[in-house]
Amino acid sequence: MSKIEDIKNDIMRISKKDICIMEVCGTHTMSIARTGIRSILPQNIKIISGPGCPVCVTPSGEIHAAMQLAKNDKFMIATFGDMLKVPSGDDFLQNYKNVKVIYSPLDSLKLAKQNPDKEIIFLGIGFETTAPLIASTIKTADHNKLNNFSVLCMHKIVPPAIEIILKNNTDKKVGGLILPGHVSAITGRKYFDFIKKYKISGVVSGFEATDIMSTICLLVKFYESDKFDIVNNYKGVVSEHGNKIALDMMNEVFDIQDSQWRGIGLIKGSGLTIRNKYKKYDAADKFNIVIENIPDPKGCRCGEVLMAKTTPKDCTLFGKACTPSNPVGPCMVSSEGTCAAFYKYDL
Amino acid sequence: MLVFPLVRVFYEVIMCLAVPVKVIELMMDNRVKVDAGGATLEVSNMLMPNTKLGDYVLVHAGFVIEKISEEEAKDNIGLWSEINQK
Repeated sequence: MSKIEDIKNDIMRISKKDICIMEVCGTHTMSIARTGIRSILPQNIKIISGPGCPVCVTPSGEIHAAMQLAKNDKFMIATFGDMLKVPSGDDFLQNYKNVKVIYSPLDSLKLAKQNPDKEIIFLGIGFETTAPLIASTIKTADHNKLNNFSVLCMHKIVPPAIEIILKNNTDKKVGGLILPGHVSAITGRKYFDFIKKYKISGVVSGFEATDIMSTICLLVKFYESDKFDIVNNYKGVVSEHGNKIALDMMNEVFDIQDSQWRGIGLIKGSGLTIRNKYKKYDAADKFNIVIENIPDPKGCRCGEVLMAKTTPKDCTLFGKACTPSNPVGPCMVSSEGTCAAFYKYDL
Repeated sequence: MLVFPLVRVFYEVIMCLAVPVKVIELMMDNRVKVDAGGATLEVSNMLMPNTKLGDYVLVHAGFVIEKISEEEAKDNIGLWSEINQK
């Protein structure tokens, strides 16, 4: 604890100006909530959560499309557990026997081999940390000539969402960014250099309390001295250029496309689509799936929470109509969601 | 003590979460066996083919995604078990 005390004292000593620091990673959201970091920082430093939870930023229409597929007995839906309880209307994926929770996307290929009479559709959700795994799985399916496997591709990438936030940051509300450690493990630190053009600092951070506190300290130092840079504070894990094999695999299988984000809307170049070479593994293409535009649940303020325009406690549903056991919006469903973090740790 | 919480992390996959583990066996077909606080798991090293025996690596949803320093691994293994005991 003494190391945290030391960093805290450093921060107290140097921090004079009001600053809002944004994290853009669901695992940071949870770590910051769990460790109670907000409560030990001086009042002039605020930590806010941006759109870093992949399930939370997935629009209602895509959840609805996944649900429609789950109703068809010809299909078996393979998904990470986070998706099970995301509501679409009054319905959840976990209500369907055709939905299987898997640990690794490669498990969906095993399901395909074990169930030759069914189409296994994997729900591809996640940022740069996860997309290379799905690319690798698609390539493996292709190598094994599997014909009853496809991916409903809903992957997104982080930089365009950060750009939207920073372009709208004219009031300088956000004074520093805590950059996602595990996304950066794949992409490398350099991937985030574009942030410099907004004259704001970003620090790639690990997930322990000391990691996050030292990251906050660095961001405050930059802010107080009117300097900015993109630095790596997670060197044991993150390199300058990232995992080249993973990035190449991602680029070989996926192309960039525009993508809808819940709470933000359409962001140019922020999504991934399966390239023509691997199009036969694209579930949307294979089964002519149309993603409808479905409004968010009535009263739900997840969209504003995702953009840090409001806190969960300002939402009238929070903790009353919307709880982890009976969630209304995705930020309460995902274990990485801001509302779930606020509820669990009573922030 | 550590086994059950870490296994929980593995099976409740969270999209951005990666877990530090040690490689204890190199297997056929781009697979390695890793020790996650006492629990043994087989994962793919397709994205990190030069994984060696004894390496500390970050595993996300059944894939090795990056090598990590031993110091970082030991710090983080502590963190993950702590998170999951909550």
